[in-house]
Amino acid sequence: MGDFNPNAKGLMGWIDNRFPLTKMWNEHLAQYYAPKNFNFWYFFGSLALLVLVNQIVTGIWLTMHYKTDGALAFASVEYIMRDVDWGWLIRYMHSTGASAFFIVVYLHMFRGLMYGSYRQPRELIWIFGMIIYVALMAEAFMGYLLPWGQMSYWGAQVIISLFGAIPYVGDALSEWIRGDFVVSDATLNRFFAFHVIAVPIVLLGLVVAHIIALHEVGSNNPDGVEIKKNKDENGIPVDGIPFHPYYSVKDIVGVGVFLFFFAAIIFYAPEMGGWFLEHDNFVPADPLTTPPNIVPLWYFTPFYAILRAVPDKFLGVVAMGAAIVVLFLLPWLDRSPVKSIRYRGWIYKIALAIFVVSFFALGYIGTQHPTPTLTMLGRTFSVLYFAFFILMPWYTKMDKTKPVPDRVTFTKH
Amino acid sequence: MKKMTIKAFAATAMLMLAPVAGFASGGGVHLDHVKIDMGDKASLQRGFKLFANYCLSCHAASYARYNRTASDLGISEILLKENLIFTGAKVHSPMHVAMPADGAKDWFGKTPPDLSVIARSRGTDWVYTYLRSFYLDPKKATGTNNTVFKDVGMPHVLWELQGWQEAEHDEHGEVTHLKLVEPGSMQPAEYDAAVRDLVNFLAYLGEPAQLERSRLGPWVLLFLLLFSFVAYLLKKEYWKDVH
Repeated sequence: MGDFNPNAKGLMGWIDNRFPLTKMWNEHLAQYYAPKNFNFWYFFGSLALLVLVNQIVTGIWLTMHYKTDGALAFASVEYIMRDVDWGWLIRYMHSTGASAFFIVVYLHMFRGLMYGSYRQPRELIWIFGMIIYVALMAEAFMGYLLPWGQMSYWGAQVIISLFGAIPYVGDALSEWIRGDFVVSDATLNRFFAFHVIAVPIVLLGLVVAHIIALHEVGSNNPDGVEIKKNKDENGIPVDGIPFHPYYSVKDIVGVGVFLFFFAAIIFYAPEMGGWFLEHDNFVPADPLTTPPNIVPLWYFTPFYAILRAVPDKFLGVVAMGAAIVVLFLLPWLDRSPVKSIRYRGWIYKIALAIFVVSFFALGYIGTQHPTPTLTMLGRTFSVLYFAFFILMPWYTKMDKTKPVPDRVTFTKH
Repeated sequence: MKKMTIKAFAATAMLMLAPVAGFASGGGVHLDHVKIDMGDKASLQRGFKLFANYCLSCHAASYARYNRTASDLGISEILLKENLIFTGAKVHSPMHVAMPADGAKDWFGKTPPDLSVIARSRGTDWVYTYLRSFYLDPKKATGTNNTVFKDVGMPHVLWELQGWQEAEHDEHGEVTHLKLVEPGSMQPAEYDAAVRDLVNFLAYLGEPAQLERSRLGPWVLLFLLLFSFVAYLLKKEYWKDVH
């Protein structure tokens, strides 16, 4: 806490005597020293923040016209698309934003995997990030019910009924979640409440925690070198540059490029061939007509494929949960003496490649109607998915590493 | 999960056996491709005319409004009132249907679905093929069946235009080919073109905003390109100091 400074001048001086505005600005932006060697992969954190803001702002405007009522919801979305001024744009920004959020977050997480950003002392950043990811999944799942189309309805029905697999309490639990024996108006209303207020509050809080933890320990970088080990006489890391203005101007370039692709989808392919907006979701929810192929949206399909790979329903749910839980443990599974993939040996590189292939393959299998071949493939890739984590303590230790330099590698361009 | 899917599918199968007219087949049926062109205003206008004359008597398009549709398609309000509104509805009202929903359910086995977003849920190729795939089937109450949508409750409303087709079957009783046995007022190529107009219109109807979307798209992208370029120059300028 600073003492009151009677000589403080101007508005900023007045505020700084009452609120640490300059202090916060410096700590988090103007005097937050980030490694100067960030590459392409470091755009996705700030882009995730941008998409979060996009979802909140467009979401506010959507709630102004949306009707939370099983009898009115579907029509109200069409009303937004047709009769509300710019409603179509706001709606597409929101629906495309949901998928963009997952694309950006998956790339952000992959960056962490490549450069060991979850390693000591950044375990809590990773844990907060993982909780954000889980909250994001809940947010997306509940938001998808709101248009009240066939896929909204039956997707929710299938996923909620998974809780029914839990022994003894399962059926009561899924009934408690739905507030009814089937997905109904009661479910729609509570999902709306969670989607527009409960989960977003949690998300915002977690994002703040994620960034505070990051700024406490400092950012990792593509070399996995701790820049704080090398400081000049003023205590400033020699390989660090102030986040503002260097990374703020750099991130603006990322924002422009990202928005170019984002707008291209909104204006030219808002359905993304059925991947971002499913065709069946243009049919109003009908509890009496089950669609022939119920598919969750693409960002859930890897986990959906793992669920289907296990022949037993309850164990399938356990496997699906484990597929996410195991990600939390990453900081303690990795025993490599180095952080970044740049200085790791071939074993980790191959393991990561297999993991990425498995994740994509599972994502594809999760969208397909199960056939015996696909089920076998689903099982194989599920095993590979888990093997990446379970075997990690051994292969990361065995892997031959290269010497890590003292300073980050940076070529001026 | 497996058990659950089986349960879900058992429920589906039971529902499918229920004597309702409206279940889509669609899986595995070959669909003819139709070219959608929002720039072809004449086609959209002809499609609207067919839609108002043949579809709107049973199907509603209750999310769409008459005057919005007309103005998007370049049709004057006078023309709209005199030639396209048959229910006495006001120009700004949604396209409701005069037929009572309960009666419709009795007559067809199912209330004819709202067509506002049919092109988005079924896809334009499906609708295009469906409207050209009715054939005579004496076993059906409507006298016709459809290769794309088996046992559909809808009669062949466009028969006056297309005429009647008969199905040729293979040894398993599967339909292999449809043959025109009684011509309608249109030649087959003319009929295909008319259905294409209708489907083009339905594609518009599914998302009227697409006209605005494609009008604005290039400008938004151009702006973002310029923005990114200027931002890049700014970044380059700042990063000169970083060594």
